[in-house]
Amino acid sequence: MNAPNLKPLIDECDRALIVATQGGLPLVARPYHALAEQLGLSADEVMRRLRAMVDGGVIRRIGAVPNHYAIGWTANGMTVWDVDDALVDQLGQQVGALDFVTHCYRRPRARPVWPYNLFAMVHGASRDECAEKAGQIRALLGAACQGSDILYSTRILKKTGLRLGS
Amino acid sequence: MRERPVDFELAAVDRKILAKLQGDFPICERPYAVAAEQLGLAEDELLERLRRLLDNKVLTRFGPMFQVEQMGGAFVLAALAAPEESYDEVAAQVNALPQVAHNYRREHALNMWFVLATETPAGIAEAIARIERDTGLPVYAFPKEREYFVEMKLEARL
Repeated sequence: MNAPNLKPLIDECDRALIVATQGGLPLVARPYHALAEQLGLSADEVMRRLRAMVDGGVIRRIGAVPNHYAIGWTANGMTVWDVDDALVDQLGQQVGALDFVTHCYRRPRARPVWPYNLFAMVHGASRDECAEKAGQIRALLGAACQGSDILYSTRILKKTGLRLGS
Repeated sequence: MRERPVDFELAAVDRKILAKLQGDFPICERPYAVAAEQLGLAEDELLERLRRLLDNKVLTRFGPMFQVEQMGGAFVLAALAAPEESYDEVAAQVNALPQVAHNYRREHALNMWFVLATETPAGIAEAIARIERDTGLPVYAFPKEREYFVEMKLEARL
């Protein structure tokens, strides 16, 4: 890292807190007190550190992480697009702003295997629904798009999230 | 083999939990009590329902979602083309690495897509080298160059 000072980097104590919560919060009435006891900290210290990690972006959010399939989103498509490099940032912002797109990134191509540089995740109760959403993205990209594909997921092979070694 | 919804009927209250509790869980002495009150539930009932949603795998987790880049680490999407006859074996080799946070089978010549989350940027190259060595397959890395949008909050629609 060239500029570590720009990042709210974590200390050993934060790291221990991450290791203790990466599998989930304790399902007890006072979860932060339970963590405090486990880590040998005060509950106030645990809560202060968690708030600081939320404020600094180390924690994106705290809450329920659903299995999409289980809650009815059985078609999950990674739509990928080969978009003119000069226009991809402007168009990527517009695709990301579509209310049904959950993730939208620019990524490097890996030609000849992979010509696509714009990735947008769409979800539906059916593949038709995903295809309809992909159609809206295609219409938005217009002539700047040279090719596209939808990669549907057919199995979750792993979904644990971050796992730091303890 | 398509993933299916689990054999478990979501009650209206479960749907409400899913809709309201994908973020902003409070940091205070009795956070479940506070969240339960907002949902019109008792603290015990919320805890019990969360346990059941986790047991039934409707939830994969309940807790903080971390952004490893904000801790000085790295998070990279990568893919490989696993031969059909050894697909499960390759998946096991890839999943064996704790650095693999998610892994999905997708329909494409590149049929295995996984996310590597490592504590240091150098950890990504190490994990990729390890997967290439263990599987004998080339790994394609697709690090994000720009993030236009991320907000993974889907409500239950069953």
